[in-house]
Amino acid sequence: MNSFADQLLVLVMLINLVMLGSSRLLFSIRAVAVQGAILGILPGLIHPFSGHLAAITVGIILIKGVLIPYLISDAVRKAHIRREVEPFIGYVPTLFLGAIFTALAFVFAEKLPLAPEHKELLFVPASIATLLAGFLILTTRKKAISQVIGYLVLENGIFIFGLLLTEAMPFMVEAGALLDLLVGIFVMGIVINQISQEFSSIDTSRLRALKEE
Amino acid sequence: MALVSEPMACLLFAAVLLALSGLPGLFLQRPVAAQWIAALVAVFASVLGAYAVIQLLGGTAGAVYQLDWPLPFGPAEFSVDHLSTLFLIPLFLVTGCVAIYSLSYWPAKEKNTAAKLTFFVGLFAAAMVVVLLARNGVLFLMAWEVMAVSAYFLLTTEQQDAQVQRSGTVYLVATHTGTMALFVLFSLLRSTSGSFLFPLPHALSAAFPAATIMMVAALIGFGGKAGLMPLHFWLPGAHANAPSHVSAMMSGLMLKMGVYGILRTISFFTEIPVWLGWLLLVLGAWSAVNGIALAASQRDLKRLLACSSIENIGIIFIGIGLALVGMQTASPILVTCGLFGAFIHIINHGLFKSLLFLGSGVLIHGTGSREIDRMGGLAKRMPATSLFFLIGSLAICGLPPLNGFVGELFLYVGAINDGIHAPLPLAALVAPVLALVGGLAVITFVKLYGIVFLGSPRTADAAHSHEAGGLMIGPMLVLAAGCLATGMAPLLLVKLAAPAVSWYAGIEGDLVSRTGQQVPFMPLTVMNSLLVVLALALAAGYLLRLSKLPRSTGPTWGCAYLAPTPRMQYTGSSFSEMVVNLFGALVAPLRRRPSLATFFPAVGTTFCYAATELVLDRVLTPIFSWIGLGFSYIRRLQHGQLHIYVLYIFATLFVLMIWAH
Repeated sequence: MNSFADQLLVLVMLINLVMLGSSRLLFSIRAVAVQGAILGILPGLIHPFSGHLAAITVGIILIKGVLIPYLISDAVRKAHIRREVEPFIGYVPTLFLGAIFTALAFVFAEKLPLAPEHKELLFVPASIATLLAGFLILTTRKKAISQVIGYLVLENGIFIFGLLLTEAMPFMVEAGALLDLLVGIFVMGIVINQISQEFSSIDTSRLRALKEE
Repeated sequence: MALVSEPMACLLFAAVLLALSGLPGLFLQRPVAAQWIAALVAVFASVLGAYAVIQLLGGTAGAVYQLDWPLPFGPAEFSVDHLSTLFLIPLFLVTGCVAIYSLSYWPAKEKNTAAKLTFFVGLFAAAMVVVLLARNGVLFLMAWEVMAVSAYFLLTTEQQDAQVQRSGTVYLVATHTGTMALFVLFSLLRSTSGSFLFPLPHALSAAFPAATIMMVAALIGFGGKAGLMPLHFWLPGAHANAPSHVSAMMSGLMLKMGVYGILRTISFFTEIPVWLGWLLLVLGAWSAVNGIALAASQRDLKRLLACSSIENIGIIFIGIGLALVGMQTASPILVTCGLFGAFIHIINHGLFKSLLFLGSGVLIHGTGSREIDRMGGLAKRMPATSLFFLIGSLAICGLPPLNGFVGELFLYVGAINDGIHAPLPLAALVAPVLALVGGLAVITFVKLYGIVFLGSPRTADAAHSHEAGGLMIGPMLVLAAGCLATGMAPLLLVKLAAPAVSWYAGIEGDLVSRTGQQVPFMPLTVMNSLLVVLALALAAGYLLRLSKLPRSTGPTWGCAYLAPTPRMQYTGSSFSEMVVNLFGALVAPLRRRPSLATFFPAVGTTFCYAATELVLDRVLTPIFSWIGLGFSYIRRLQHGQLHIYVLYIFATLFVLMIWAH
């Protein structure tokens, strides 16, 4: 089963690159939904079956794969934006950076003092690569919706890392990850709302107007 | 009521009452009633505290209370000894007076800041009581910070005013710099003695290298709070911009907490290094001379009083320095005279400086200005205030028959005694310094009293001013009566200070009678009483003669001019110009005058005179503005670009990842 998990993790990393290279928001949202659904399957693959596990799997797939993407795409429809225009760094360079960071994540994970049972798996490099991809999206994209997607990807990276700890403290990790996500969505929801009200656009670079002189 | 017989319990109860006194004002919907409740509670707490102080002075030993708190700093210990008692005497007296005074000076009916002000006044007084009772370094620092921060909120009551904001900020920076030094002091105490609890008197060896750092830290931390030169720079602005009754508390009480801290720290050590006594002596002399010279150059009523506080703190430190030098050279006369001088002056200054600040509040209330050159002729309009102000001014100049004279007499006796007996009579130089300070004080307060109360009013506001109500006059009457009574009966002051002196100097036996051989109490009492009788007789005779003569009324100092105007009168600046010029190097006021080609200046030319502050205006402000310029480059990091902020986190994470290997 572990080789299947590794294949899924490779898929997760590929989805990162897909999001980095795409300008269309709805496409990105669908990609993040697929990523969330894959993450929902992962715990079922690495842990023995139990009723609790099934509930968690279903819960994660519903929330990460259906609910949150639906909410964001709803926001996209209401705000009438279809694509990210004028990012700070273009799509091809970002894609290139993403590839470099993924490679670096592997190098870094190699050097981490991990427990022997985690050494063989792709969990740690995939987690770091997803985290860095999230950061890249956050720093290079202007639209608030892209920012939310960035936060989601970042959160997914942390979630993958948390999967390693599920045996030690299963519920806490899930609850923590979901709570973070909830806060992220809330904050960004409020920010999007406020920005579009204040500046009649949801370009986060306009936030500089709030800076004190 | 077993608790009432225990002075320590009374003191703690009084502190709690004071701290809570302003709470109703924050919650009740009826501000006037809440202010009255607060004042009555504060007065009750003061009476309770004063009762405890009387018991303690009578020889009852205070209990030791230990609070087992969950903090890892050892038990919080409260205790009281004669040194604390000495500082508690003026504290409760002034707090009670101020509580009554504020009812009329800052009435809740007219001012919506009254609730906040009342709350912080209570907290401020309570924090000072705890500072005096705390015997644990951390507890002490907590109380100290509560005191310092509530003083900040008190002095920024009128926070819309830019000047108030600036003084508040300067004060806050100064007090926290001092607190930083106190952190050094108490952490070293912890590492030296192994506990945050204050060590027993004379338990620490001064030979330990940390001892020197501890003493220097105490000098910076406590000296800054006391207003010792050159750390006095926050003081004039803070005292001038606070409401007057707050200034009275700050000057009369809070500065003394700095003095208390230094005395307390010194008492930890077995032997005092030679340099400390001389350093305190020199700093005291510098503060005294420079403080009063600064006061002479001021145009602002309250700034003048604040600068004179620096002078009085200087006199107190001269006394402490003399005593420490005396301990070093093993001359008990110098020790007792120095300590008596300092301790009596601590009580005295609490009395007369509070009186003068309360008086200045009446003047500001009546004329709406702090500038003495806009007043004049107020003696006719405010007879009671003018009498009390006169008493306070005479007392602060150290003139008999008032109490200021008693404290300074001890210092003169100590200095001159030492001059006769010591091989190298350097300490005798204190006498001429004190004489110089006394002379300058007389000039300053003649200027103040003369310009404010005599002559004719310089502005319409001054002309229409009126006497304050009984709630403001009453507290001033109490303080003025205190000044007069202790001046007429110096033995009273000596008895108040004697327990603290014998505790501090480690002298057993009947100290009062032994000191009586050095300082002539009885002739002093007789002379002072005679002086009062003489003054009263002269006044009565003058009034009697006046009533028989025919009278006509005209403008004061009219000098038979056809069309006199109040602008022909001396101004405060012109009165003190000679003195200010003499001390030009120390005070250096800013003067901008036109050059005169003919007899009269051209139309539209102006003359500008502004008192400046050497340390703050010429040293600290430029340094801080340079530092601010340097840091403005760092402020560019905060630019409002959300993405770049995320990039900071990203970069940090990346650096940490690489750094881990």
